[in-house]
Amino acid sequence: MQKLLLGDEALAQGAIDGGLSGVYAYPGTPSTEITEYIQDSKQAKDRRIRSDWSANEKTATEAALGMSYAGKRSMVCMKHVGMNVAADCFMNAAVTGVNGGMLTVAADDPGMHSSQNEQDSRFFAKFALVPVLEPSSQQECYDMAYEGFELSEKFNVPVMIRLTTRIAHSRAGVTTRETKKQNEISLPKDPRQYVLLPGIARRNYKKLLSIQGELEKASEESKWNKYFDGKDKSKGVIACGIAYNYFRENYPEDKCPYPVIKVSQYPLPRKMVEKMAKEVKEIVVLEDGYPLVEEQIKGFLAKEPVRGRLDGTLPRDGELNPAIVAAAFGIKINQGADIPAVVVGRPPAMCTGCSHIDMYTALKEVMQKYGTGRVFSDIGCYTLGALPPYGVINSCVDMGASITMAKGAADAGLVPAVAVIGDSTFAHSGITGLIDAVRDKSPITIIISDNESTSMTGGQDSSAVGIIERVCEAVGVEPEHIHTLLPLKKNHEEMVEVFSREIEYKGVSVIIPRRECIQKAVRRKKKEAKEKKQ
Amino acid sequence: MKIDLILCGVGGQGILSIAAALGAAALRNNLYLKQAETHGMSQRGGDVVSHMRISDKPIHSDLIPIGAADMILSVEPMEALRYLPFLSPKGYVVTNTTPFKNIPNYPSEDEIMKELKKLPNVVIIDADAIAEEMGSKRSMNIVMLGAAAPFLDMPYESFENGLRDIFGRKGDDVVNSNLAALKAGYYFSIKNRK
Repeated sequence: MQKLLLGDEALAQGAIDGGLSGVYAYPGTPSTEITEYIQDSKQAKDRRIRSDWSANEKTATEAALGMSYAGKRSMVCMKHVGMNVAADCFMNAAVTGVNGGMLTVAADDPGMHSSQNEQDSRFFAKFALVPVLEPSSQQECYDMAYEGFELSEKFNVPVMIRLTTRIAHSRAGVTTRETKKQNEISLPKDPRQYVLLPGIARRNYKKLLSIQGELEKASEESKWNKYFDGKDKSKGVIACGIAYNYFRENYPEDKCPYPVIKVSQYPLPRKMVEKMAKEVKEIVVLEDGYPLVEEQIKGFLAKEPVRGRLDGTLPRDGELNPAIVAAAFGIKINQGADIPAVVVGRPPAMCTGCSHIDMYTALKEVMQKYGTGRVFSDIGCYTLGALPPYGVINSCVDMGASITMAKGAADAGLVPAVAVIGDSTFAHSGITGLIDAVRDKSPITIIISDNESTSMTGGQDSSAVGIIERVCEAVGVEPEHIHTLLPLKKNHEEMVEVFSREIEYKGVSVIIPRRECIQKAVRRKKKEAKEKKQ
Repeated sequence: MKIDLILCGVGGQGILSIAAALGAAALRNNLYLKQAETHGMSQRGGDVVSHMRISDKPIHSDLIPIGAADMILSVEPMEALRYLPFLSPKGYVVTNTTPFKNIPNYPSEDEIMKELKKLPNVVIIDADAIAEEMGSKRSMNIVMLGAAAPFLDMPYESFENGLRDIFGRKGDDVVNSNLAALKAGYYFSIKNRK
């Protein structure tokens, strides 16, 4: 029988069955469930597949490359913005090549359901000159992970699998295949393959360039890329990844007048596109994300009109859906009733009993004295401190930026400046910034709001648990300016007092309000009660 | 057959367990299924929606096209109204009456009821009260599933079997209380369909 799996879960199962030896990841919506699935899988445990969380996407990618170096099949998973953190290793891994097959899974979030931008990871793969697999169904998620390792090993390059939110977080029936053996440990044949000294890197890079034609040929022949002929040559359609589904929703195979190319493997199958261009009057490109294919084919087609996100046939930003695709083909949509005026928005909110609430209540009181615009924050549940009734924080940019932006603002003379960061974000990218601040003795106050968990993505284990004070002291924060507090209503006065005192201090101070995430506490107590019963 | 169902509520109300029971029922009938969920930040008390598509033919889009849903099944009354643009003219709204007030500007309940009662095909059910009466407050969701069942083109037994699939490992008591909740919701709809 088929298994009912999320796209994320199907990909994870495909990797397990495809001979995976280790997954590395930092949690991030919509990628988190891939790694969680492997962590919870009995099969993965029996096969001793390594699956614990990493401190960030860069350390995760490097570890996956190391596992590949040792001959085994590895996978690294992240959300799209994690690619920015991983980019240093990702770009260079394309030049080193791989030994065991290596998959980089980037889960993009067009529409920004849970993200600060909607960058398109396919650009990273094009930048690095490596292949991309972009599933249009949960079955393809499974198959692409299962077969992706072989593709990686065949061409000696890392392979990217690009998901988008709707495929990652949508369930469908998936047929699984027999489990492959894991690779034995083996060293790369060329002992200098991974030594990117300029001379070796130049040689490797030429090799990477030389296989681009073969990668394109693999795309032309891929079972995941398909050319469907059509009688009406007034238009040809190129539909990528999940956009293919939205197109088929409007034009099922047996009712589609136009020629169609389904694209799920890159580099773009150029010959297919040229064949279409010869036959049709214009080409419409459907892709969820940036207009990558649209720009690319405009470059190599001589005169044929190309329609898509760039000429306004489709909106330039946001997520695609069946209605947007229908509109691009002039299909009339019968929208249901309008939303009645009585309906109001319901933004996400911090949970009742959350420790961040007590921290913000105290901080808000203290900051009144200094006026607004001085609190830099970061990425986590505590970013909701920007919304009423708190309205305390003034920034949320990228992982770890709270500490470094506070430092820069303080350097400019905005004193006092405060940073609010979570425990997991601190371990991800806060420590290096703290080193900079200590070195300059910057007059900033850093609040590490520690709930002992990576909560916004569902309460994964945080790499910072149990080490924060020691890390701060080790990088040079003066011990008398490191404080641990228990954020509870009854401790409000104490918190206000410590915040006030340290904000006046003209050097680096770190305050750690620490109380377990309320959601995690509930789950832990349930689990403990269950274990007691047994 | 095809069923396009918008399942909605507030993060934490557990609409995903309704989806799981429906999914199990669909699989038992050898039907195709796609179900898009909301994960991530919105789960922190924001509005959440799941697009559930069941069909005897392969399904393309993971999202239900606007104006095409056969039903909006909501565990919260204001949330039922939020997705009306998705509902087809023949579609049904089945909604719980208990408001989930986690915002300071929650509108007047009378206004919400007025809007709901204007709809041509609607079942309004106090699923919390029914669940509480039966002594299992937590099965509000399953009362809602039962209330939706008369309008969904699948045999009643397949919903029962779906519940057995997802609650079976929790023991007979849990299964039976959920089966009773399903039944209570089902008969409420039969009696009160407009």
